[in-house]
Amino acid sequence: MATNVIENGARANVLSSNTLPRWASAACIAGSAAASGLIFALASWNTPLFAILAALLYLAAWTILNAAVRGGRHGSNAFWATLVWVAFFLALVPLVSIIWTVVSNGVRGLTTFGFLGSDMTGITGVQDQAAAAGQAGVLGGIQHALVGSLLITLVATLISVPIGLLTSIWLVEYSRGSWLARLITFLVDVMTGIPSIVAGLFAAGVLMTYFNLIGGGYSGGKQVMGFTAAIALSVLMIPVVVRSTEEMLRVVPHELREASYALGVRKWRTILRVVIPTAISGIASGVTLAIARVAGETAPILLTAGMATSTNWNVFKGWMMTLPVYIYQQLMRPTAPSAPDPSTQRAWGAALVLILIVMGLNLIARAIAAAFAPKTSGR
Amino acid sequence: MAAPEVVAPPLVAADDSRGRFGDSFFRTLTLAAGILIFGILALVSLYLIIESLAAITASPDKLSSGQPFWAYVAPIALGTLMCATIAIVLSTPVSIAVALFISHYAPARVSKPVGYVIDILAAIPSVVFGAWGMTTFGPGLVPFYTWLSKVCAPIPGLNQVFGTASTTGRTLLTASIVLAIMILPIITSQCREIFIQTPRLHEEAALALGSTKWDMIKATVFPFARNGIVSAVMLGLGRALGETMAVTLVLAPGILTANLIGVGNMTIPAEIALNYPEAFGMRQSELIAAGLILFVITLGVNMIARWIVSRYAEFSGAN
Repeated sequence: MATNVIENGARANVLSSNTLPRWASAACIAGSAAASGLIFALASWNTPLFAILAALLYLAAWTILNAAVRGGRHGSNAFWATLVWVAFFLALVPLVSIIWTVVSNGVRGLTTFGFLGSDMTGITGVQDQAAAAGQAGVLGGIQHALVGSLLITLVATLISVPIGLLTSIWLVEYSRGSWLARLITFLVDVMTGIPSIVAGLFAAGVLMTYFNLIGGGYSGGKQVMGFTAAIALSVLMIPVVVRSTEEMLRVVPHELREASYALGVRKWRTILRVVIPTAISGIASGVTLAIARVAGETAPILLTAGMATSTNWNVFKGWMMTLPVYIYQQLMRPTAPSAPDPSTQRAWGAALVLILIVMGLNLIARAIAAAFAPKTSGR
Repeated sequence: MAAPEVVAPPLVAADDSRGRFGDSFFRTLTLAAGILIFGILALVSLYLIIESLAAITASPDKLSSGQPFWAYVAPIALGTLMCATIAIVLSTPVSIAVALFISHYAPARVSKPVGYVIDILAAIPSVVFGAWGMTTFGPGLVPFYTWLSKVCAPIPGLNQVFGTASTTGRTLLTASIVLAIMILPIITSQCREIFIQTPRLHEEAALALGSTKWDMIKATVFPFARNGIVSAVMLGLGRALGETMAVTLVLAPGILTANLIGVGNMTIPAEIALNYPEAFGMRQSELIAAGLILFVITLGVNMIARWIVSRYAEFSGAN
């Protein structure tokens, strides 16, 4: 660089030579957008292609400009920085598109009278044909799916949280890195990787085998119920709970435990009264995130709880509907195959409700974690 | 609790056995929960294997396809691998770039909200991705596919991969792109965690030597995070392999074909989801056996990821 300064002559300011003015980047963006816009204004307008061409032009112009003024290294720096920014905006495109699609399509379904308070009992192709022809409003709702989602997720939580919590307590407080602890950690890792559909296969199959045994070789379809789905979801939920709780228990300072032991408190009381209360916010937010994850699961429930059209409050008997399966069913098998619009409208309404629930759970988890988190340094 | 006593309560006698039962009981209880996990996993594997044996060993004429089991499962297993591989190839560079954006490029005030936004993407249920891919994204890609098929027609090789374009856009490539979008937040958040752990001193040393930002990232962040990136990608791959609903909704199923933008191809999870509810007897065993194959593939991918992480655990930020 020093040679550059000398070549440029004494008049050049040492500090501002080899640099670009602040507005150069903005000017470059404006120039690329204008050039791309001009090309597409002359040809036929196409927004995605316009954005792609503008980005490419900017990438080339900014790289060449930097390389020419500041040297090759700065050229490649500018090139990669631009790519990183482009990648970020590229990742935002589907997010915006999905949320826009769900909201714009879903509001109409959601605001239909009785959408949350009625189920699909008695809704057949006849009603939907009439609705599609504009002779009647779109009938039917998601009450049965809401009830099913709520109950199945609740039962799955009741099964997985105790198991997950106790396992992680054993791993952190009792195991002392024994071979069994390593084995269980390994198995939890394996469980994390179980595809959700395999969990569904497992729950459906095991319960069917059970009813086969007690029914003398004929299960009678009794295994299709909410509880089976809850078992499938538990298989997916337990490892998530174990991992997050384990992490939270491990960051509880050892001094707290030792202070408790020094007062003569038994280990189990120390764990229940000192360790867990200290980590409770992290555990609660981890559990909430796990609930949010399984609440959106479709495949295991499709295999285990079937599809229902009416509200079923009994987890141990009869088919049950959940929100994700409802969306799937309304899209793939419209109630009136020749007039799928009412079904599509209901599906998007349900999708909006599902997204609101899942995001609400995520926000709650964040709020819990932020409100009770012990002060730590760093970001 | 805090009684205003000056005199300390008597210390517990050394031979006091109160609560000893509680100790051993609680210990056993927690251990039992751990062993229950072992039991569940053993049951899953055992059940899958036993149920599959019937289909794997059955003679071809008893199976739904009329072919040996392996001839039935090979195309859908290949379809699963194709779909997941394309997804991971598309997703990895973008994910790493977005993670770099959050950890090193975005202004400090922006980077946290951006992290939340990416987490929102992770929270969207897969069935919504599927619905979006089926109704909005797939049809939106049709003009692109038509153009691609026209451009690639005279080029040997490419005209096999990008052959006759589908008119609905519900093809393997669409499914792969949707999967790529779904696994992006997973890879991104893992990579971000590791990128921000890069030792500050390394970075500052590189900058002090006159590195540009990119030189600094190449010299400090990537070597530090290499294994973490690999394991994040493998995790994403495992997720892509097992993903069901998005593929089931997006892909219009068909026979195995190299044509990514035409009708055809199928994945194991989608095959199970579409057929299991109506299946019984041998057909059910067939699908369970396909599930076992899927389980083994994802297990293998996850094992490799863990192995890579543990091999370098001491040196990398991934531990």
